[in-house]
Amino acid sequence: MSKGSPASPALMANKSAGQGGHSAAGIVAPNPTSAVVGPNNVVAPVRMLGSEAIVRSLEELGVKDIFGLPGGTILPTYDPLMASSLNHVLVRHEQGAGHAAEGYAMVTGQVGVCIATSGPGATNLVTPIMDAHMDSVPLVAITGQVASGVIGTDAFQEADIVGITMPITKHSYLVTNPEDIPRVLAEAFHLASTGRPGPVLVDIAKDAQQSHMTFSWPPVIDLPGYRPVFRGHSKQLREAARLIGEAKKPVLYVGGGIIKSHASAELLELAELTGAPVVTTLMARGAFPDSHPQHVGMPGMHGTVSAVTALQQSDLLITLGARFDDRVTGVLSSFAPHAKVIHADIDPAEISKNRAADVPIVGSVKEIIPDLAAAVKAEFEANGTPDLGDWWAFLGNLRDTYPLGWTEPEDGLMSPQRVISRIGELTGPEGVYVAGVGQHQMWAAQFIKYERPHSWVNSGGAGTMGYSVPAAMGAKVGNPDRVVWAIDGDGCFQMTNQELATCRINNIPIKVAVINNSSLGMVRQWQTLFYESRYSNTDLNTGHDTIHIPDFVKLADAYGCVGLRCERVEDIDATIQKALSINDRPVVIDFVVSPDSMVWPMVPSGVSNDQIQVARNMTPVWEEED
Amino acid sequence: MTRHTLSVLVEDKPGVLTRVASMFARRAFNINSLAVGPTEVPGVSRMTVVVDAKGDLIEQVTKQLNKLVNVIKIVELVSDNSVQRDHILVKVRADAATRLQVTQAADLFRASVVDVSTDSLIIEATGHPDKLTALLNVLEPFGIREIVQSGTLAIGRGSRSMSDRALRAS
Repeated sequence: MSKGSPASPALMANKSAGQGGHSAAGIVAPNPTSAVVGPNNVVAPVRMLGSEAIVRSLEELGVKDIFGLPGGTILPTYDPLMASSLNHVLVRHEQGAGHAAEGYAMVTGQVGVCIATSGPGATNLVTPIMDAHMDSVPLVAITGQVASGVIGTDAFQEADIVGITMPITKHSYLVTNPEDIPRVLAEAFHLASTGRPGPVLVDIAKDAQQSHMTFSWPPVIDLPGYRPVFRGHSKQLREAARLIGEAKKPVLYVGGGIIKSHASAELLELAELTGAPVVTTLMARGAFPDSHPQHVGMPGMHGTVSAVTALQQSDLLITLGARFDDRVTGVLSSFAPHAKVIHADIDPAEISKNRAADVPIVGSVKEIIPDLAAAVKAEFEANGTPDLGDWWAFLGNLRDTYPLGWTEPEDGLMSPQRVISRIGELTGPEGVYVAGVGQHQMWAAQFIKYERPHSWVNSGGAGTMGYSVPAAMGAKVGNPDRVVWAIDGDGCFQMTNQELATCRINNIPIKVAVINNSSLGMVRQWQTLFYESRYSNTDLNTGHDTIHIPDFVKLADAYGCVGLRCERVEDIDATIQKALSINDRPVVIDFVVSPDSMVWPMVPSGVSNDQIQVARNMTPVWEEED
Repeated sequence: MTRHTLSVLVEDKPGVLTRVASMFARRAFNINSLAVGPTEVPGVSRMTVVVDAKGDLIEQVTKQLNKLVNVIKIVELVSDNSVQRDHILVKVRADAATRLQVTQAADLFRASVVDVSTDSLIIEATGHPDKLTALLNVLEPFGIREIVQSGTLAIGRGSRSMSDRALRAS
């Protein structure tokens, strides 16, 4: 039960550099826990203020962009920030800073940084921190804290943010001694970005920012209890290869870990070697190209029939960086009942948490997949390549019979699925698509074709409405040369649209598609299906035939953005093209769509995935099963 | 439900007890008892956590504990291979008529009397939780006025040290 073996130094270098840097292995100390993120410049001891040390540490850690909003207890740190090389984006609400840092991290693979003051500033970061925790996003949140002498006295704007965020952070620090600042920040970045990524909170008392300290770099990281494992155990890898060799109906069940560890190329190789079908979860959209013939879709509550059925009928799940979330498994006891499970994950606690694994492999999928591929190759050479012909015939038939699609709404309004499809088709796979939460998120996951990792950004585990606009803002800062779409709903958009001001003023020209069905659409869908169409508090009055409060075009205009409205099918392409042609400011498009469109397929809550419905009360015909 | 005794080496940092307790609360794991104190290694504390867990849940408990950055090492101590002790102080009603009976009962359990007043005694006892339960059963008829009890302390039998290897590895 002791912690695992030390990490490979080469991989740590690889991780901290953010891309394949084998040459960097030499400059990393042999003790992996001393790996400091960034270029590891040597800085001789120099006296400075704690606040200066915060800014300097961020610079030394290789940070370029941060998102924040100042206030009383973080004020000392905002002063040296003026003279810094750091690009600080001043948000309009701290939640925006948190989600922007997440969006930035999701598209770049680097640690996202947000900064806020104590009390309400810090508590406004709670939602993004929780979001990052659920989706394993590398995030460092820096908050000011009241001076150490008054901590515990209910001082002005005092909140125990370390206590508040304890269950939703990977780790957290309260810094009262300015000498600790460089080490704590280096540890925070190390923790956030290695192993299973996640949010780390660094709460720094105001007097620690205002006192003198001796700064030197790199600091010595001291984390005796933190030893993530990267290489898979060879015995388990051989056992996994043996099961793959025997399986008649294998499925590569691929999760967000592939994207976090930049393992798409390795995955492609393993997939083509095994010939097995691949399903990409909501967090893994783009980890494997949608256009690849072995891709059978997204699994889960709103997954494709072919992906859901592949898992249900499988005799072997090759689970890579996924965590058997309830939205994927449905009723757990009826999930993939005939399958043995290979489960590879960097977080040992995910293995056998929900579904018992027959072959557990702890490590990074970046390291595990090539090792597994080598073991599989040896297995196939010794015992022959399995014939998956029957399995593919079954799945191919399902994929052809039940493709994703939609019926045109009866009210004559545009179908939201068409709008989202066209955005994806006209923008292409080089774009970045950032969704809010709800129906539009599911349609964006279903109807945009993802061909590359880091092109799809959403709030999966937390389901945070309001995620889209600020996360798209952060994604655009991280990927300034890419087209970044916020695919948002009219409900979500009203939660965080104030960041349009941030985007406009800081020249962050995102494109926002408000899929305006005038309601809290996903909740309304459940009311339609499970509450006899009693629409309790889901009508938002933003859409067709309503009083349009607010008017999204006027709202865009008020923020100095371009506001467009599209109400007719024949205008969809021209409106999207117009938005694509504007790059000097944000664009907001009010797509007025039908409130009656629903997300299909759907596995109703509380039933087995075998009960998947392709449309209301319509389940697939299963005679094809063998 | 099965009872498990976990010995947990942790960094002696502010908030480490809260992190452990908070993790148990958040994951809906049941702590039966908890004892914390310093070890022979400066900066390292040892927690003895007694957990009630069904089936394989103890594996999740240890994995989740291991995820806490301040947790250095966890060992499950099974009763065959470890010494497990609770400590108890009991205030018992005892006047001139019953005092002798109470002290005799304490003697049977190798417990000691650590305070005497005209109508009560304080008995101190150390032992396996089962033994202490038996002691309390015997004292019950005299009238128990107050009990204070520590969490279980546990240590593996034999010469091996839990902290040795864990701290060398780091």
